[in-house]
This record gives sequence, structure tokens and C-alpha cells, in this order.
Amino acid sequence: MGVLPYLVAGWVFLTGCYGLATSRNLIHAVGCLSVCQAGTYVLLLAVGYRHDATAPVFSDLKPGSRPVVDPLVQALTLTDVVVGATVTALLLALVVQISKRHGTVDPDELSELRG
Amino acid sequence: MADAVIVVALLLVAASATAAVAARDPVRQALVLSVLGVVLAILFTVLQAPDVALSQLAVGSALTPLLLLLAVHKVRRRGRREGPRR
Amino acid sequence: MSRRFRLWLVAVGGAGLAALFTAAALDLPAFGGDHHPYGDRAVHASLSRHTANVIASVNFDQRAFDTLGEMTILFAAVIGCGALLRQTRDEHRATPEPQEVARPVRRYALLVLPVALLTGLYVIAHGQLSPGGGFQGGVVAATSLHLLYLGADYRALERVRPVALYETGDAVATSAYVVTGLAALIGGSAFLANTLLPYGTFNTLSSGGTVPLLNAAVGMEVACAVVVLLARFLDQAVEIEEGNGT
Repeated sequence: MGVLPYLVAGWVFLTGCYGLATSRNLIHAVGCLSVCQAGTYVLLLAVGYRHDATAPVFSDLKPGSRPVVDPLVQALTLTDVVVGATVTALLLALVVQISKRHGTVDPDELSELRG
Repeated sequence: MADAVIVVALLLVAASATAAVAARDPVRQALVLSVLGVVLAILFTVLQAPDVALSQLAVGSALTPLLLLLAVHKVRRRGRREGPRR
Repeated sequence: MSRRFRLWLVAVGGAGLAALFTAAALDLPAFGGDHHPYGDRAVHASLSRHTANVIASVNFDQRAFDTLGEMTILFAAVIGCGALLRQTRDEHRATPEPQEVARPVRRYALLVLPVALLTGLYVIAHGQLSPGGGFQGGVVAATSLHLLYLGADYRALERVRPVALYETGDAVATSAYVVTGLAALIGGSAFLANTLLPYGTFNTLSSGGTVPLLNAAVGMEVACAVVVLLARFLDQAVEIEEGNGT
């Protein structure tokens, strides 16, 4: 149990990288990039977890009555989830533009076109 | 007990992430990604991060797959019309 | 670079990264440990400023400047999409043909739409109290509007979604965030410092000083940004076609 969450985070990240490198379709590559991002979320939240603790929200919890998990990494992850989605949108807009200009979204065909 | 739930959620995340990369067809990948979004939201909930789970649920299971599908639709529609000319 | 060579490069690089990462993970503090110095300090600071949701306090008070950076990324991504996906001179707009949607789906979408929209707004408004806030609620509210595409048709969606209005809303929300920061500067403290407003009673809607204001600004910006992004993509996918205009 001790290191499993970290290893899962690394696995998810590396799988995403593998997909990025071997992708035959730029839209698929953007999807793989969002898998990579998911790996970083898992790592951050795993670092902040604390056994037998509850969420750091005190609207129905007396302050100090129970330990809470680390709110800092959660705040980092939270903003990244939303901002990451808009960056995905920007990348997809680029893909649409590439398909308009070159008529293909296969990275291999694209590099042939250039060379 | 809580540990067992976390382990199961982690393994589900690893499995669905692998499936999302292995799905080479972008449309199928978008669907697997939305499953990954839901599984991640479950993992974040058991890791006591309801805020992150909420945003992951909205973004990962709805917004990102929707954008991917719209992009696929646009690219395919172009491809169909341009196909015969090339 | 050939495919084969690239695969080799990925294999070598990936193996190296995996080895280093595993070594690092084995040396990290064990999962679920009790030592979280920054987290404990963040909780303490949040409670001293009467903000019940510590995550909202970290985002909109203790690290408000960082959130300004995130907002700028969001804003820049929206502008970039607008520039990349605009209608060019050799494209024209085709009227999309209404497609048959199953009646139960239609009815369900129209039924869920107000509930989802209200949930989104609720999540934004209670950001400093319960789990939620501008980032999450904004996405929920914006995506819920698009249920109208399922429930009615594209025209109806376009009527409730004048894109120019949402683009203005996006810019206004970003400016509102900066102006709140500048107000603190005029009030005699640091940029975005939470010293302007009284902290209020713990666990009420008006608690937390400027946290609710910044939270609302972020909620508005995220909602507008997502609406504009989806509008651009829908335009491209459904309406805009190539070829000379008819």
C-alpha cells in the first residue's frame, strides 16, 4: 500500500507518454495528453493524503476535532483540472486548423509533407 | 476498509487510463476518457478531495470528451468531402 | 526521424524515467503519513480568516496571485481558440438540418437543464463554505446550457447564447479579479491581500473577506470561457463549411 499510489501515478503518466509518441492521429494524441495530466493529479493528491483524515471543509465540522488531509495540493489540482481542459481545447483548435491546411491529422503524413 | 477502497479505485484508474491510450479510434477514446473521468472522480472522493472530484466530474466526464468528439466530427466531415478530390 | 527510431527513443527514455521515478517514489514519505507542515499552516490561516472551505481560502486568499495566473491562461486559451476557429473568407455558414432526437431524451434534457444550471450557480455561490467554487460551478453551469442542444435544437441554443455577450463577460470577470486586487493596493496593503472587507461570521455566505468576490469573478470567467469555447467548436462542427459562400 505504501507506494502503490505513486506507482499508479507514474504508470498513468508513462502510458500517456507512450500513447503520445506512437499516436497516428493528432486528436488521439490530445486525448493521451489528458491521460498524462490525470497522472499528475493522482500523484499530487496521493502526496497530500493522510490516514483517517477527512476533507478540509469546516462547514459541518468543528475545527480541530478531526485531522484533515492537505488542502494545498488539492487547491493546486483543482485549478489545474479546469485550466487543463481549456488547454486541451486550444490544442484541438490547432488540430482542426492543421486538418484544414493540410487535409490530414496523421503526424507521420504531416512530417512527410514538410520534408 | 478505506484502504481497500482506495486500492480498488487506484487499480481502476490505472486500467481505464491504459484502455484510453489503447483505444486508437478517437471516438472510442473519447468514451473511454469519460469513463476515466468518472473513475478519477471516485478516486478523488475516497482520497477526501470533494472539490477536485467535483471539477474532475464536470471536466473529465463531460467537457473534454465533448470537445474531442466535436473536433473528430469537424475533421471527419472535411475528410469525407475532400476524399474523392485527392 | 523514422517510426522505429522514435519507438526506441521512447522506450529508452520511458525506461529511464520509470527507473528514476520508482527510486524517487520509494524514498517519498509513505502514503497517508501524518506530516503535512504546509497543509496544517494553510488550515490555520484559513480558519483565522473565517473561511470554512480551506481549499477556497488557498485558491482565493493565500494563493490568490497564483489563481490570477491560472485565469490568465484560461483567458489566453479562449482568445487563442477564437483566433484559430474563426470563420475564414473561403468558408460559409450552412444551416444545419434539425435531426430527430428521441422524445424521452428531449424531455429529459429539458427537465434536467434548469436543475443543472441551478446546481452550477449554487456550487459557485457556496464556494467558500462547502466543496465547490468558481472553477467547478462555472463548468457545470456552462455545460448545462448545452443540454438545450439536445432538448431543442441548435437555433434555440444560439438564441440563449449570444457569443459576444459571453466574450464580454469573460473579459469583465477577469478585470473584476484584477480590480479587486488593485483595491487592496489602494487600501494600503499588498496586491490581492485579503484585508479590505471584514471577515464576517464563520460559515455564512458573506464570510471570508474578499474570498466570495474573487470566487464569483472566477465562476463568471470560467462559465463564460467554457460557453465561448464550446460555441466555437460547435460552430466549426455543425455550421461552418468550406467552399465559396452561397
